[in-house]
Parts: sequence; C-alpha cells; structure tokens
Amino acid sequence: MADQPLVIGFETSCDETGVGLVRGHTLLADALATSMAEHERFGGVVPEIASRAHLEAMVPTVHRALADAGATVDDVDAIAVTSGPGLTGALLVGVAAAKAYALALGKPLYGVNHLAAHVAVDELQHGPLAEPSIALLVSGGHSSLLLVPDLAQEVQSLGRTVDDAAGEAFDKVARVLGLPFPGGPPIDRAAREGDPRAIGFPRGLTGPRDAPYDFSFSGLKTAVARWVEARQRAGEDVPVADVAASFQEAVADVLTAKAVRACRDHGVDHLVLGGGVAANSRLRALAEERCAAAGIVLRVPSPRLCTDNGAMVAALGSRLVAAGVAPSSPDLGADSSLPIEVIRG
Amino acid sequence: MGTATGRPLSRAWRGSVTSSDVLVLALDTATPVLVAGLARWSAVGGTTVLAERAVPSGTRHAELLTPAIRGVLEDAGLAMGDLDAVVTGLGPGPFTGLRVGVVTAAALADARGLRVIGVCSLDAIGTGERTVVTDARRREIYWATYGADGGRLTGPSVDKPADVQLPEPVVGDPTFAAARLGRAVGEARVTTAGLLRAAGPQLADPASAGPLVPLYLRRPDATPPTAIKAVSQS
Repeated sequence: MADQPLVIGFETSCDETGVGLVRGHTLLADALATSMAEHERFGGVVPEIASRAHLEAMVPTVHRALADAGATVDDVDAIAVTSGPGLTGALLVGVAAAKAYALALGKPLYGVNHLAAHVAVDELQHGPLAEPSIALLVSGGHSSLLLVPDLAQEVQSLGRTVDDAAGEAFDKVARVLGLPFPGGPPIDRAAREGDPRAIGFPRGLTGPRDAPYDFSFSGLKTAVARWVEARQRAGEDVPVADVAASFQEAVADVLTAKAVRACRDHGVDHLVLGGGVAANSRLRALAEERCAAAGIVLRVPSPRLCTDNGAMVAALGSRLVAAGVAPSSPDLGADSSLPIEVIRG
Repeated sequence: MGTATGRPLSRAWRGSVTSSDVLVLALDTATPVLVAGLARWSAVGGTTVLAERAVPSGTRHAELLTPAIRGVLEDAGLAMGDLDAVVTGLGPGPFTGLRVGVVTAAALADARGLRVIGVCSLDAIGTGERTVVTDARRREIYWATYGADGGRLTGPSVDKPADVQLPEPVVGDPTFAAARLGRAVGEARVTTAGLLRAAGPQLADPASAGPLVPLYLRRPDATPPTAIKAVSQS
C-alpha cells in the first residue's frame, strides 16, 4: 500500500471546507470545517459568508488532515481539488490553495468534478466500483442520475432536476413546517412519527411522456406549502409528522423508482447513492428494498461521507492518478457549471 | 486567518529576523492587474526587485497567478526553495479575486515554512504625498491618503466618489478614473517595490506581523428572511 501515491483532496464548492488524505482506496484523513451555523439565520447558504469562512479555515484544515493521517506536507504525492460545479467564489478559495500547494511542493494538480467525487468516495468504504454503475446523486445543490462506465474516463448524464434540487425541497418544506435549516435531518426525524401514506403528494415527472430520468421537486414543494397553508387558514393544527413523512415518501419514491429504471434500461446491476440527501433514512431504506427486489446491488457510503468532504475529492484524485490521467493545466480555474462529462477540470 | 501566520506544523522557519538578506515573493490580486514579483530585501540595503510580472487578469486571478509566480522564478533563475518570505496585498479589492492572492500566499508559506506578511494593497500604489483610488465596483471607490513621508494618513475606506474630498495629487488607474470618476489621475499601480516598502516594518520585525485577514471593508450581502412568505401566493 505504501507504494501507492498519497493524494490530498480539497473541497470548497459550497459551505464545507474539506481536506482529505487517501492512499489507493484507503481513507487516511477527512478533516472538515463548516460555516453551516453562520447560514442558518438566512435560511440558505450565503456565498460570500461561505467564501470568507473557507479562507479562514483552509490552512488550519490542511494541518488537521495531515495530523490525523500522521503525515507531513512533504509526504503528499498529488493534489486534487473540486474545480466545479459549485459556488464560484467558494470554489476559487480551494482551487487557489490547491494550486499553491502544488506549486510549492512541485507535485501534480488535478482539478476534479464534484459530482464524480461523490461517486468515487464509495470506493473508500466498499472497494473498487463495479463498472458500469448507475449513480444517483442528491444534495442541496444537485439531483442527478449518472451512467458510469469508467469513473476515471467516462461519466454520462442520464437526467437531472429541471428545477429545485432534492435538498432544496427539504429546506423549503422544513421552513413551511417551522423546522430548522438545513431541512433534511429535522424532516427525517419528524417523519419517523408520521404516516407516509397520510397525504398523497404529487410525484413530479412520472407521467408516461415525461423524461424518464429527469426530476422536478418544485411542484411537490408548492403542493406541500398549499396543503399546510390551507390547514392554517382553516385554523386547524398542522400534522407536522404526517406532512414530513408524506413529503419524504414522495421524494424517495421518485428518486428510487427512476434510479432502478435507469439500471434496468441500461442493463446495469449496481447502483451507488451519494450526496447529502443520501443520508436520508427513508431514501436509503426504500432504495434497499427496491434494489433487492430488482436484483440490483446497492452501494451507499456512510452518511458522513455522503455529504461534502475532502476525502471524496482525494478518492477521485487517487483514481485519476492510478488511471494515468494527465494532470490539469497550470491555468486551471473554477467552473461553477462544470458539466458532469468533464471528470478532470 | 490567525493560524495561517502561526508556526507551520510541517517545516521549521527559514531565514532569521536579522539575516542580512531575505528573498521575498510579493503577490497582489486586489486590482484587475495581478502582480507577482521577486525581491531581495535587507534592513540595511533595502529592496532590490529581481523580477516582476504584472498581468492584466480581470477576473481570472486564480487561473493566472500561479503561472505568473512560476514565471518570475524563471525570470530570476530561482526556485521555490530559495524563498524566505511571502508578502501579499490584503486589499481592499473585489472579494473573490482578493481571496485568491491571500490564500495563495498562505498556502505557499505553509507548504514551505515561509514567513507570510499581509499589507494594505493601496499602500503599494504610488509614492510620497498622494491619494490612492481603486475600483470598489457598485459605483464606489476604495481610497486612502498619504503624507509627504509616504505614510498613510487616512483609510483605507470605501465610499461613493461624490461623498468625499480627494486631496491632490490623486493616483490610480487612469482608465478607471476617467470612466468612473470622470477625471484624470496620475497613473500608478501595485508594484513589487511598493509591496516590499509596505512590508518593511514587518520584514524588519516579524513579531509585528498581523494576521492574514483581507481588508473587506464591507459586510457580506445577506439579509435574514423577515417573515415566512406564503409559498402558494408567491
């Protein structure tokens, strides 16, 4: 193992400053600083607040990762950084830092795609990815279905959200229900006491003529808000647990149905979940149930690795190094809308 | 960024306080022309600029800064391993570009165990008695005034041009000044010599070096939601 390169990964695409260290498929460190608490009162991530926090946290987070791995900066063989997609100002802090470490240490630099990194992170827990795999990535910023023939060379987009990301719908519904930001964990908790069949919320883009792998969560969010407001206007109590459970069921139902269909349509028998929403307990349970029924092997990283972190970036960097992919050009920058087909920016 | 200036974990300090000669990398990304320079500095002999690249970079600081650093090292026939200290402009300047220079300086210094010193970018523009103006966008300017000895008298501040009296002579980017201030100004930009001059006291006395915190001068744009708007009526 020691002769495999030590890869450091930088992640600053949203509100988490992550620095991870990976050797081969082995996770050595996963240091994280978050500015989540500073965004809470705004009900969403404020880009400038996130960018300022990244700058403050960058070098200390590198130190923490190196200390956790028992390594020094001179041990690093290659540097990987999320170069997109994400918030431009936030991405640029990580990109500039990674470029400076690469220059100072004389080591190769790999700008990597944030979404592909969400898939790569599973290799740290469950070993080499079966290829091809289908990947379902769901977070506050993304909702995508991918076909992954070769994570180092070729990733294809099958579908994506046409409006809100799944995580955004969780945040907005939480706000309607008076639950805190970010909405995922409190809705998951509230839903445990509720009946998922209490209210039949709409399943977006599931008609016979709809795009089979695209998602829409805006109509669902509005339907929940209308339902809740109608109760409030009538002076009735809002059954928070039932609303949370029924909303969560609608999201998990659509996501898993489309992911399983993508596997079937493409003759692929491995599905990987990733992104912060993949930490949702109902999504995980329903995916397990439906994959088992369809004969699909489901791989889900632990919740800690589903959310944004530096280890996932190091994991993809490690894959690229192993595959002999050329490093990024010296004029690497950030691309807020980096297409998923571009694995190395 | 207090910890960035703390003792790096991975390497020992290089270059001591009183060493006669220090090789300094100077960086600035507070204006649309990024600056990377190399200079030799000593308390006795002052500053000798060895190489400088001023790159019109607009909003592409992150793309172009490390290539510019590589370029000045090549120009001077030196390597990263020869450096003793990094000096960086802390702004004021447009935030996204500004952070590129500051985090680059912090990371380079951390990786190689170098001293890192932050200075006000306006101090590195022009010499002697003057008012320095730069583009703060949103129809505002960053500005500071300097006395005959070159020391800063007021600022840095961010204001609307109409709200302030700018003592003559005013210096900065003439194109910006013509377009946004509607007046002529003496041409002056951030230079390696200017950055070194501003860093002089901290190069001479490392204990005086402050934390590497950008001079933002403005709070982040963000307002907490006042009331929950009915989604179905929006």
